[in-house]
Amino acid sequence: MKRDAKNLTNAAALAVFWLAGLTTVVVLGAVIGYVLVNGVGEIGLEFIFTNPHGVNAEGGIWPTIVATLYVTGLAMLIVTPVAVLAAVYLAEYAVQGRLVRTIRFAADTLASVPSIVMGLFGLALFVESMGFGFSVISGALALSFLMLPIVMRTTEEAIRAVPKYIRWGSYGLGASKWQTVSRVVLPAAASRIITGIILSAGRAVGETAVVIFTMGTMINLPVLPTDPGRSMTVHLYQLAMEGINMPAAFGTALLLMAMVLAFNLSARWLLRRNRRMQG
Amino acid sequence: MSEALDCPSPGVPSADGEVKITVRDLDFHYGDFHALTGISCDIKARSVTAFIGPSGCGKSTFLRCLNRMNDLIPGTRVDGTVLLDGQDVYGPGVDPVDLRRRVGMIFQQPNPFPMSIYDNVAYGPRLHGVKKRSELDDIVRMSLERANLWKEVKDILDRGGLTLSGGQQQRLCIARVLAVQPDVLLMDEPCSAIDPTSVQKIEDLMAELKSSVTIIIVTHNMQQAARVSDETAFFLQEQAGEPAILVEFGRTAEIFTSPKDKRTEDYITGRFG
Repeated sequence: MKRDAKNLTNAAALAVFWLAGLTTVVVLGAVIGYVLVNGVGEIGLEFIFTNPHGVNAEGGIWPTIVATLYVTGLAMLIVTPVAVLAAVYLAEYAVQGRLVRTIRFAADTLASVPSIVMGLFGLALFVESMGFGFSVISGALALSFLMLPIVMRTTEEAIRAVPKYIRWGSYGLGASKWQTVSRVVLPAAASRIITGIILSAGRAVGETAVVIFTMGTMINLPVLPTDPGRSMTVHLYQLAMEGINMPAAFGTALLLMAMVLAFNLSARWLLRRNRRMQG
Repeated sequence: MSEALDCPSPGVPSADGEVKITVRDLDFHYGDFHALTGISCDIKARSVTAFIGPSGCGKSTFLRCLNRMNDLIPGTRVDGTVLLDGQDVYGPGVDPVDLRRRVGMIFQQPNPFPMSIYDNVAYGPRLHGVKKRSELDDIVRMSLERANLWKEVKDILDRGGLTLSGGQQQRLCIARVLAVQPDVLLMDEPCSAIDPTSVQKIEDLMAELKSSVTIIIVTHNMQQAARVSDETAFFLQEQAGEPAILVEFGRTAEIFTSPKDKRTEDYITGRFG
């Protein structure tokens, strides 16, 4: 009798856990499914490769795709050297003490600053004080602030994950610290570092608040870094909130999700390939 | 070097060969922990010296004192003298980076770099400024030949070093060290992480290499010490928390058959029995 009760409790608990797990999958499925159903009809070569036109922004979204990739790519170029060098310093050179703990705490806090605050800061600093105006470079600089802590921390973890005995092997051959770091440690950590960069780029692609404050909302094909532009996220916001063109909004949303997914999948693929090679 | 002749530690035979490394009154601290005390010995050139003793008795620590590898661990301190070819290893003006080229090291865990076999071996020479491809080719080939690995890898030099078996990886690490032409080879339990067939190959290799290189090996395996070494040093930490000492140092044949110190005898018979 008692045993039955126990089994029943067990089964009930299991059902609850299972339902909780299922909820996650259902929510994800619902979001993707809804966007897919509403957006897939829009997407075609014309949608991707032509400019929007007319009062209801018919046609394509090409300039916004270019602006998004442009600003993300530029942000990656800015953030990578700074974040990697900072991580090398933290992991290899810095005396592990108060200063390093402070830097780490600052990075973690920076990562949790609401992106709209970062946007406001970018507006004040890059757009106005530094006079870059609404431009791709302003957007890229502000985005790089957002990406910096992510890339720095993942790089630091990647460097720390390189086994001590591999470094010793290098020192044992008469290598200096810098030679060991640059020729053995960084190459060994490279794929995990790149994974971190790609993941942070995925985050940048989906960012809205920062770019609306710094890159503006003008639909044009940005060529120079000082040109303004409208990112896909901002375009999506305007299409939907101003009720201009819902089908195009869903098409944009679908494309955006596909891009973020592509970033995440390529990061996973890189990590797996790396594990195979080292294993 | 007259001081090399009146070595104060017990059981050291009169120096009949050329002395490569002289250690006098060496003490070693990890922060507050006093790990080694009063170590003195003479390591003969072109021979194999084995360091034996129970786990945690400071053999590996002492080994790392000889090429200043312990410098990499923060909070360590060395007192006493270590002379390599009569020159003070801890003296002013000695660059530990240059010292480690002359005193190479092999670790317990084979540690090839995540790069090709060729690049692994060429790593050291490249660090020290060899750039010409033909010169590097020669060094790589010669080093792999000396490590008895050339025949197995000559067609797959561009393959990753980590794709080799454990025993091959260890020989690759030996080739990598030989490529910078060290005088001394420190081996820290080089066989404890690899299979028995490979152990045999590495022991054979040590016998071949000792004609040109001074080899010091830390091993937990008594039989291995007896097989490969000419001289043996027995280290012991008598009480937990106390620093370890060098109990006895002498010809391997004597240490294993007629040790002078009761503690050596207990350890050796305990291990064999």
